[in-house]
Amino acid sequence: MSVIYLLISVSIVVAIFFFIAFIMAVRKGQYDDDYTPSVRMLFDDELKTKPKQIKTTPEKQV
Amino acid sequence: MDTSQSCFHCGLEIKKSDLIVFDSKNFCCKGCQTVYEIFSTNDLGCYYDFENSPGATPLDIAGKYDFLDNEKILEKLLEFHEDNIAVVSLTIPHIHCSSCIWILENLQRLESGISTSMVNFNEKTVRITYNSDAVELKKIVNLLSAIGYEPYISLENYETGVKTEDRSLTYKLGVAFFCFGNIMLLSFPEYFEANEFWIDQYKGFFRWLIFALALPTFFYSASGYYISAYKSIRSGMLNIDIPIALGIIVMFVRSTVDIIMGHGQGFFDSLSGLIFFMLLGKMFQIKTYNFLSFERDFKSYFPIAVTKLADGIEESVPIYDIVKGDRLLIRNQELIPVDGILLSSEATLDYSFVTGEANAIVKNSGDKVFAGGKQIGQLIEMQVLESVSQSYLTQLWSNDVFQKKVNQHFKTITDQISHYFTPILLLIAFAGFGYWIFFDVNTAFNVFTAVLIVACPCALALTAPFTFGNILRILGKKKIYLKNALVIEQLAKVDTLVFDKTGTITTTEKSTVHYHGIPLSETQECLVKNSLRASNHPLSRMLYAEMPDVDFLKMDSFEEFVGKGIEAHFEGNKITLGSPSFVHANQPQVLAETSIHIAINGLYLGKFVFKNAYREGLSQLFKSLSQKYELHILSGDNDGERAFLEEFLPVDTNLVFNQKPEQKLSYINDLQEKGKNVMMVGDGLNDAGALAQSNVGISISENVNVFSPACDAILDASEFQNISSFLQLSKKAIRTIKMSFTLSLLYNIVGLGFAITGNLLPLVAAIIMPLSTVTIVSFVTIMSTIYAKKLHLK
Repeated sequence: MSVIYLLISVSIVVAIFFFIAFIMAVRKGQYDDDYTPSVRMLFDDELKTKPKQIKTTPEKQV
Repeated sequence: MDTSQSCFHCGLEIKKSDLIVFDSKNFCCKGCQTVYEIFSTNDLGCYYDFENSPGATPLDIAGKYDFLDNEKILEKLLEFHEDNIAVVSLTIPHIHCSSCIWILENLQRLESGISTSMVNFNEKTVRITYNSDAVELKKIVNLLSAIGYEPYISLENYETGVKTEDRSLTYKLGVAFFCFGNIMLLSFPEYFEANEFWIDQYKGFFRWLIFALALPTFFYSASGYYISAYKSIRSGMLNIDIPIALGIIVMFVRSTVDIIMGHGQGFFDSLSGLIFFMLLGKMFQIKTYNFLSFERDFKSYFPIAVTKLADGIEESVPIYDIVKGDRLLIRNQELIPVDGILLSSEATLDYSFVTGEANAIVKNSGDKVFAGGKQIGQLIEMQVLESVSQSYLTQLWSNDVFQKKVNQHFKTITDQISHYFTPILLLIAFAGFGYWIFFDVNTAFNVFTAVLIVACPCALALTAPFTFGNILRILGKKKIYLKNALVIEQLAKVDTLVFDKTGTITTTEKSTVHYHGIPLSETQECLVKNSLRASNHPLSRMLYAEMPDVDFLKMDSFEEFVGKGIEAHFEGNKITLGSPSFVHANQPQVLAETSIHIAINGLYLGKFVFKNAYREGLSQLFKSLSQKYELHILSGDNDGERAFLEEFLPVDTNLVFNQKPEQKLSYINDLQEKGKNVMMVGDGLNDAGALAQSNVGISISENVNVFSPACDAILDASEFQNISSFLQLSKKAIRTIKMSFTLSLLYNIVGLGFAITGNLLPLVAAIIMPLSTVTIVSFVTIMSTIYAKKLHLK
């Protein structure tokens, strides 16, 4: 038994593993909305810092 | 525009008289200020940090959503409801920026009963999970409305359950890509044909592994092509999918035979690559605008419930539960959902939704009222004559001609080519086979299969998807949203254009007034407004309403000259208002401009210009279109503006007035019977039939987020003057495709040269196939972009 059988098999198994991950992601609907998550990830915890902001910068640009 | 003059919340220009300063910020109305107060007291002021003036003015919705108390309606709207957990998806047309996402995903700060909310920006929906014991849906909807995010709930929501999305193309593409990549890697060693010991040793293993990987691609990913080819053979049309399916199958069979017989590694690499690229093209061509819908019917416009009066008690009932004899209450701005008899003494109904006629109709007690009318004014009471499904409007919709024909026998350009391509291809394959059979049977079979493999019109099949996909995106950026790629081909064929009048070539916005000239001082403004007060001319009334409030002045004398203007005297000041000749202005009368000129004490000051109700650039657009197209205007209105339009538009424009929806439809039909390819541009439901009947129906919309009738394309009204360029671009798209077809045929000829002489090696096939794909894709993308640039569309 040559090592090449083992290596190729392992590489295919790894590829299949990623392929299954892809299928699961599609099924969960991760590819349905390709815009909102990109905006959402940029929100920080604005809520917590908010009271401080109101005092220090009462004037906002219009 | 001076920034200090726009509203901090909604960004609209603030009229001086309405300015509200709160928390050192400017607001245009009480509503905007209230929303700001709600946000700032709840520490949600960040809303204004992401985007400048992201908000919308909340409208008065008192009582509008009372129907959400009705359990039956509630259950229909909810996506999920068990114990106290409820999930609802609401469509909110106002969603347009990151601030919207942020505030809507922080709703729990405003209402503790809400546990989570998720925005889908592309679909403009928010999915809210809430505790139904702690808060009612009605309260949530009222909260959303109060902060300017009023959801749109129509009869359509009542029927659609949870939507299931079709993701099969994504799966197919994923499978094809996975197989393609692995097969390519595994094929590599054999490309070099080195007779080294280790390659010989593992040949079998590699080949059978490749075979196994090719199976999912062949059976699953490519399945769409076999189905389409089978259908087209049955219907007797030779479409492009036949040679594709033939090529794929032959490739698979020959490669399998090659492996079994030990001839070689076969063409599995080219096979999976080909399928992958073609699916990629398909994916690229589908550009969906999730927030738009091209298949709307009356259900998207109708309310979900209406107020029923039973024994003196008001009750919200789903409109499907209305029966003959019920008494209904219709509030201001509400749509009448069924035919009936008016019980109140007077109603003012706006039927523009059905007829396109802009003027409201007054009905008296005992008159019949039809579904689709919108009540303007106070609350009215009516008695139902027909249920929803029996009403005139719904009957009209159920009429077959009003449905957009799904199965139009339209031959695409690709299909036209393949009509010749397929027979020629088969001819060459058989000729090659017939020639070689005299020398060597084995080679003859090789040549036969090689011809079918190499000529598999992969590049041909990719041309149209990539060209149209690119054009679709370019047009989408210019705010014309096409239903699918087929529309581009049909646009290129159009030779007759039909426009609706009201709402299409005219704007639906109220006319606004702008002042040009020497700025008026406050006293002068005061004098002008006081002079206007006495006049009954419509323009005077409009200008009077637009001007800021001033003190009342006592007038010494006043005279109105019909068709010219007015003259007023105040304490020795003489004010003249009217046409340029009347006020002795050295100003030419600008055609198609409505204006009032002003002179005080004989000194010319300037003019108030009323924004024309016709769309900007209309005259130029028609002028440029009239050279290439036959133009028609169909209007539901009376012919009051005929004279004006005749002067304004090219002479050969056909003007037809007083057209009912069915007449519009048959007008289009008549044109088509004369062999014309008609494009209809319309807006309201009154055009729906004509839009469906025409070859290309374009619905024009001031705000693409609000709802438009079933059509092939939705055009943002601000891009109206570009219609000519859009049509030209569609023609250029077809030209690009033709050029690219020539190019891909050249590839086929080179490939056939290899095939017919019996020299097609898997390596050659593996090189030609991606090479042709890459050239074709880059060629069509570059060409279509260049054409768009030339037409100033990019």
